[in-house]
Amino acid sequence: MAEAHSTLLLQVKGVHKRFGDNVVLSGADLDVPRGSLVTVLGRSGTGKSVFLKCLADIMPADAGEVLFDGKPLGTADPATRAEFRRRCSFLFQSNALFDSLTALENVRLPLEQTSDLSDAEIQERSLEALRQLELEKYLLSYPSQMSGGMQKRLALARAIVTQPELVLFDEPTAGLDPIRRNAVFLMIAKYQRQFGFTAVIVTHDVLEAMAASDRVALLDQGRMHFQGTPKEFAHSTDAVVASFRDSAAALGTALASLRGGGTLSVED
Amino acid sequence: MISFLGRQTLTLVHGLGDFALFTLRSFQAVFGSRRMLRRIARAGFEQGVRCLPVILIVGMFTGLVLGLQGYYVLNRFGSESLLGALVSLSLVRELGPVLAALMLVGQAGSALAAELGIQRNSEQIAALETMGVNSLGYLITPRLIAALVVYPMQTALFVTVGLWGGSLSGSLLLGVQPGVYWSAVERAVASQDVNECFIKAATFGLITIALCCYHGFNTHRNRGASGARGVSASTTRAVVQSSILVLAADYVITSFLV
Repeated sequence: MAEAHSTLLLQVKGVHKRFGDNVVLSGADLDVPRGSLVTVLGRSGTGKSVFLKCLADIMPADAGEVLFDGKPLGTADPATRAEFRRRCSFLFQSNALFDSLTALENVRLPLEQTSDLSDAEIQERSLEALRQLELEKYLLSYPSQMSGGMQKRLALARAIVTQPELVLFDEPTAGLDPIRRNAVFLMIAKYQRQFGFTAVIVTHDVLEAMAASDRVALLDQGRMHFQGTPKEFAHSTDAVVASFRDSAAALGTALASLRGGGTLSVED
Repeated sequence: MISFLGRQTLTLVHGLGDFALFTLRSFQAVFGSRRMLRRIARAGFEQGVRCLPVILIVGMFTGLVLGLQGYYVLNRFGSESLLGALVSLSLVRELGPVLAALMLVGQAGSALAAELGIQRNSEQIAALETMGVNSLGYLITPRLIAALVVYPMQTALFVTVGLWGGSLSGSLLLGVQPGVYWSAVERAVASQDVNECFIKAATFGLITIALCCYHGFNTHRNRGASGARGVSASTTRAVVQSSILVLAADYVITSFLV
């Protein structure tokens, strides 16, 4: 799959970010081929969301470069940045839906504020996005009246209504049970193929990421420790990759040892 | 001690500069924003129609009390016929703009600061920015423009209701002839007083709504308070600082216009 998309839509080179004395990113790199679904894995608190916000140009990196379609964003003029924002959508972990607007108004908003479309065209495109995400029955519902899964779909409808080339997903499955987690990954993979956008997802759900992604990256101690296909990730013998990938198996082994009368250290 | 004073002064100057830039950028954003009229109308509804009951009630009671107090003071000098002049000049020059602004800060300003604070905490403002929408133009500009229109209107309403309140207590309860009361009002209030009233109302509207927007919009910059406490701190700061600024600005404007 990766070979089929040799052109990189997004390229991250040596991004650094620190908050006071806390160094979060220390030279993180990432290559995102056009049309692919790339997942960035990492433990909680390793700076995955900060990395994604640096990519989305909503948090300035201290050093390093983010290239979108070959153009650097950090030193770009306002017009290039506006062009990037028009071609990129960001899905927040919290969905960030406007709670005082209905589902339809939420989806209409980016088109109303950033496009020159007529009111009829905006309505048509918004209704189409909601229909494709199977939310046509909830046009006048407020986000608070929807379930978590529906809110996620509404956020995705709002993200795709502008027909972006790149969609960034910040922990889209955080706090969901395994069945809903699978459903969200399936939804992202389905719409990514249907609409043809490039997707970058940050998550710590290893199995789902390996099943749904074209490429997988592992962020560890501020750097991208691994980048490759899910197959390469599955067969990697690197200790950091293996400990993250095989954490469930390691837990089973440790628990078996405990049941057999052994001792278990929390650090294990 | 000196270094502490220096730090506080620098913080104050930095804060004032930041606030001035925030207000300026919000007005600049009017040029790039779309569908502004609809959002100004919505902001006008929030600041105007929703605050109407409190303006009417407080205006009426202010007029009633002014009529009552004024009558007994003027009665000592046998000048009850000047009750209309006392009530009208007090309301038009000072009490109308100041009290209406304080009521609007309590009702619309606090709600605005809390709403923006929650929008900041729930990443709705960040979401606007990722969409390429100017968050100042979308959230702040319509409210500032609405305040410039709504505050003078609310103040005019406050003064009118207050005059009727004064008439009610003076004429109906205490025996001043209605004709005497209203002719004193007509003779006392000059167009300069009305201009002063509207200048004050528009200035207070701009200052208070900008300050409430500033604190709500920058909730995430609160030191030592985040989440719900951050919103609460922003709202409190917005209301307290707005109320103080209304009184300070009142003194400054009056000293220039008197």
